[in-house]
Amino acid sequence: MSWANIVNNKLRSALTMLGIVIGVASIIALITIVQGATGAITDEISSLGANILTVQARGTPLKPGLSANDLDRLEAIADVRGVSPTISGYVSVSHRDKVLEAMVQGKNELYFRERPVQISAGRAFNALDVDGANRVAVIGSDIARELFYGQNPLGRSLRIGGSTYTVVGLLAPSGGFALGSTNKAVFIPYTAAMKTLGVRTVSSVEVHMADVARADEIIGQVEAVLLESFNYREQAYSIFNMQDALDVMKDVTRILSLLLAGIASISLVVGGIGIMNMMLVSVTERTTEIGLRKALGAEPVQIQIQFLTESVILSLGGGLAGIVMGLLIACAGSWFIGIPFRFSATTVIAAVGFSAAVGVLFGWMPARKASRLNPIDALRHV
Amino acid sequence: MTVREREMQEILRLKDIVKCYRLGGQEQVVLDNVNLTICRGDFIAILGPSGAGKSTLMNIIGCLDVPTGGRYILGGRDVAAMTEAQLARVRNREIGFVFQSFQLLPRLNALENVELPLIYAGLPRRRRRELALAVLERVGLQDKVYNYPNQLSGGQQQRVAIARSLVTDPALILADEPTGALDQKTGQQIMALFQELNADGRTVVVITHDAQVAGYARKILRIVDGRLFPGEVDLAGQREHIDVLG
Repeated sequence: MSWANIVNNKLRSALTMLGIVIGVASIIALITIVQGATGAITDEISSLGANILTVQARGTPLKPGLSANDLDRLEAIADVRGVSPTISGYVSVSHRDKVLEAMVQGKNELYFRERPVQISAGRAFNALDVDGANRVAVIGSDIARELFYGQNPLGRSLRIGGSTYTVVGLLAPSGGFALGSTNKAVFIPYTAAMKTLGVRTVSSVEVHMADVARADEIIGQVEAVLLESFNYREQAYSIFNMQDALDVMKDVTRILSLLLAGIASISLVVGGIGIMNMMLVSVTERTTEIGLRKALGAEPVQIQIQFLTESVILSLGGGLAGIVMGLLIACAGSWFIGIPFRFSATTVIAAVGFSAAVGVLFGWMPARKASRLNPIDALRHV
Repeated sequence: MTVREREMQEILRLKDIVKCYRLGGQEQVVLDNVNLTICRGDFIAILGPSGAGKSTLMNIIGCLDVPTGGRYILGGRDVAAMTEAQLARVRNREIGFVFQSFQLLPRLNALENVELPLIYAGLPRRRRRELALAVLERVGLQDKVYNYPNQLSGGQQQRVAIARSLVTDPALILADEPTGALDQKTGQQIMALFQELNADGRTVVVITHDAQVAGYARKILRIVDGRLFPGEVDLAGQREHIDVLG
């Protein structure tokens, strides 16, 4: 019965549904895109390892960074699998007449073990290269293409700053959204980097923990080492825990999602008012019908259910169309921004629930009005 | 028939029914101490000019309206004590309405229109279909069951409406000016149908202003200024009266 009336007022029903469609579509699209983006970022962060502590040493005037001895002491802490220092700088990198500015990163052998970087040809540098400060380099795919176009870079020479290195490895092209890709990077042993870049101390170290559950204890011990090393000046260093960053990130995106959903819900409310308006018009138009149904034995509650069903069908129909539309927008939007599209069943179920609730909420008053009509007045109304 | 037999046959009884309306601060008595008993198998015409209180009487008999005073006993129960839901049930099971303007739902076909009261009676689809088809056949529309109201003539539409009033097998069929929207010939056919239904044992009450229509009934009651007069009617006089009101 409810269905028949909706079908018989196609245009009006469609226009009424449009409000709900827009509301639900915008909620779905916004939440899906936000979740896709934050999912991509948090995945990347956790793939880099929630087991990594990053120590940044600003140093003191007397001691600008961490010494080799400090690194050894950090490595000696219980449940630390290893430390991976970073010496980095933008310097010119050249092969024959081709020159470009590149991010040169001095690392140790641990870096290639702990990070999801893939060597596509050749090899990574090893502990011997690091200990001996060998001038060997592993280069990103963009660097390989730009400097060695058309030839195999392995075994060829590469000038970094004032020193000559040999390319021993090639990195596979990588995606990477939040923290930048390795495609434009050049990796060399950090010991060699210290010489080439002219630095004597290390200012950035990653501490790889063997047991994340003991992170707090490990952080305490790392702090103890650093405090002693920098003569108890707390400002000389900072420790960044990936897991903390991840937690903060999740909080922020949750609040962001709620905020966006809240804003989009306004259009859902407007859509609901549209349904209420149409239902009121419908009740007035069909006064005679309501009177007749009552004369034929419809109880008030049956009339109420009929009209309530109608408004729920309208809002649910709008909701389903909105979900499809929202997912399409999210899909296109994700592609446009360059983030993965993530389908969230929870969001879709919530949207279905919300639109049904809008139907009940805004259909209630018109349905009640219909159920309370006096059959004689209703029948006389022509 | 003895008094006791009559009581057993009684469907409804109106006792000193009064209905007043307030119009512009003035109390208007529409029904003035109406007494009426309807028994199983009756075919009664309530005849009166417009404004005499016919429709109000019909609304009260049909449980669409409640009287201001008096008692209305339907099937042994006092209507005044019934809840809204109980009244709906009574309208559904005990009374079949036939209206002047047919009151068919235009979006439903003949069969669906006839099924409507059975939906509210809570019958399953198959049983509804069965009963609806049977009554449509009874009124001679077995080959029009899938037609929509706008595909039917006035007389056919009124037959659908009569079928709808019959489908729940009610104690009483209440027809309000059933020929009012029909031409004379079709009107006569409809009244003949009521006569047939009465001959089948159905109880029929027809409310009309047309003495000729009332002539089909077995018993005629006159209503004038809210008062119901039992007994014989001077048909000629009544017709003149109508003509004057014209």
